[in-house]
Amino acid sequence: MSVDVNSKPRLAAGCRMGENNNQRVLLMPERALRLNGPSLEIVSRCDGKHSVSQIIGELQLLYSKAEPHKVEQDILGYLSLLQKERALDFDSSGAV
Amino acid sequence: MPTTVQNPLALVAELTHRCPLHCVYCSNPLELQSRSNELSTEVWSRVFKEAAEAGVLQTDFTGGEPLARPDIVDLVRSARAAGLYVSLITSGLPLDEVKLDLLVDAGLDHFQLSFQGAREETTNDISGTKSHRQKLRVLEWLKRYRIGLTLNFVIHRRNIDELEEMLAIVKETCPGCVEFASVQYYGWAFANREKLLPTRQQLDYCVERLKCAEDELQGKTRVLFVVPDYYAKYPKPCVGGWGRKLMLITPRGDALPCHAAPIIPGLKFENVKNRSLREIWEHSEAFQKFRGEDWMQEPCKSCDRRAQDFGGCRCQAMLLAGDATATDPVCSLAPQRPKVDAILTQINKGSSVGAGLAPTASRGAGTVGTVSVSKIEWLYRPNPS
Repeated sequence: MSVDVNSKPRLAAGCRMGENNNQRVLLMPERALRLNGPSLEIVSRCDGKHSVSQIIGELQLLYSKAEPHKVEQDILGYLSLLQKERALDFDSSGAV
Repeated sequence: MPTTVQNPLALVAELTHRCPLHCVYCSNPLELQSRSNELSTEVWSRVFKEAAEAGVLQTDFTGGEPLARPDIVDLVRSARAAGLYVSLITSGLPLDEVKLDLLVDAGLDHFQLSFQGAREETTNDISGTKSHRQKLRVLEWLKRYRIGLTLNFVIHRRNIDELEEMLAIVKETCPGCVEFASVQYYGWAFANREKLLPTRQQLDYCVERLKCAEDELQGKTRVLFVVPDYYAKYPKPCVGGWGRKLMLITPRGDALPCHAAPIIPGLKFENVKNRSLREIWEHSEAFQKFRGEDWMQEPCKSCDRRAQDFGGCRCQAMLLAGDATATDPVCSLAPQRPKVDAILTQINKGSSVGAGLAPTASRGAGTVGTVSVSKIEWLYRPNPS
């Protein structure tokens, strides 16, 4: 399933950020995902306000040593995985 | 060699054994704990705090029927305050709109509603209670809230043919997740086993149909299928490995590594009223008993899969092989596997039990025959006093 770069992802119902032993986690029904480095940067921007292309832009700045195209591909892959896991809703009304 | 102890991640809180349903496959023990022995709100609140401090991320409120606890809203609130993710595993029965509103307001994260069938008569027959319409009402109420929702269809030979109708309920509701959970054979299900195991033909159809459903629902609803492990090639990694991830607290406060563990003779369980959760997790005899690999026999001991499935389920080994340290007999490599095969052969021979092997003329190829639900003498679970 492809991700629309104009859509604005937000955490799906029943998913929220949590913390345990100084480790950030994404809590989901019956599951939890440890977040660190890039995954934390991506998920914390899934707030229904950032569009996918904004998230990509901000992370390309944050990880300026990495190849921009590679950063974009990694983000799209990760978002698509989270969508498949039903961790994200994509609000397409944000599309221009 | 001592085994490294990891943090527990999940706490299953069996709040009560009371339940308005009397399902013929109830996983609760045959001997139920009474209301007068149930832990108080205060003790549960302490347990939630200790759990979060020990590293637990999530708690599942279950039972019996957790809504049978009059303090359920307070329990949700205190578990959330402790920092836990709270799931309610419920039949939806003793619930009204006001109570649901209070539960969501208290911070309930995830609502898991169980279904015993897709049709009213099936649900009512299996659960021994008129419950189906109430479940459909609860689904309507839930549409107002943005909380996690899982529908859990407990499937077996008597309702597996309603799969298409179950999927219709799923499409209508659009939950984040649907589980088609085959009955696992412990407790009352073990007692009613020969009437509940699906035929191989039913199972094959189910696997194929759910593969398609997964594609149809992708991006909307996750589809999970829990197979009846008697038909599996390898055993399930029961509770994610004994004493590795999960702790279960019974209504009166006993801490168990697995809900069926009391069937294993000689295991002594500590109570949360007397010791802290972390002490129990790290040191209690019951949690240590099958932690790691030292207890394993062959073929597990030298098997490549031992770090994946941990030898399967200790309780099932006890039930089927009479030895809790044996390889789970559902494993194709287990010396005791013939016992499981003998049961399957009996189920699949199309005997008077009503295995439903012959497809009826009106149905297309690939579908399975109907099974008469009438004239079955179930062993229903009673309610504890």
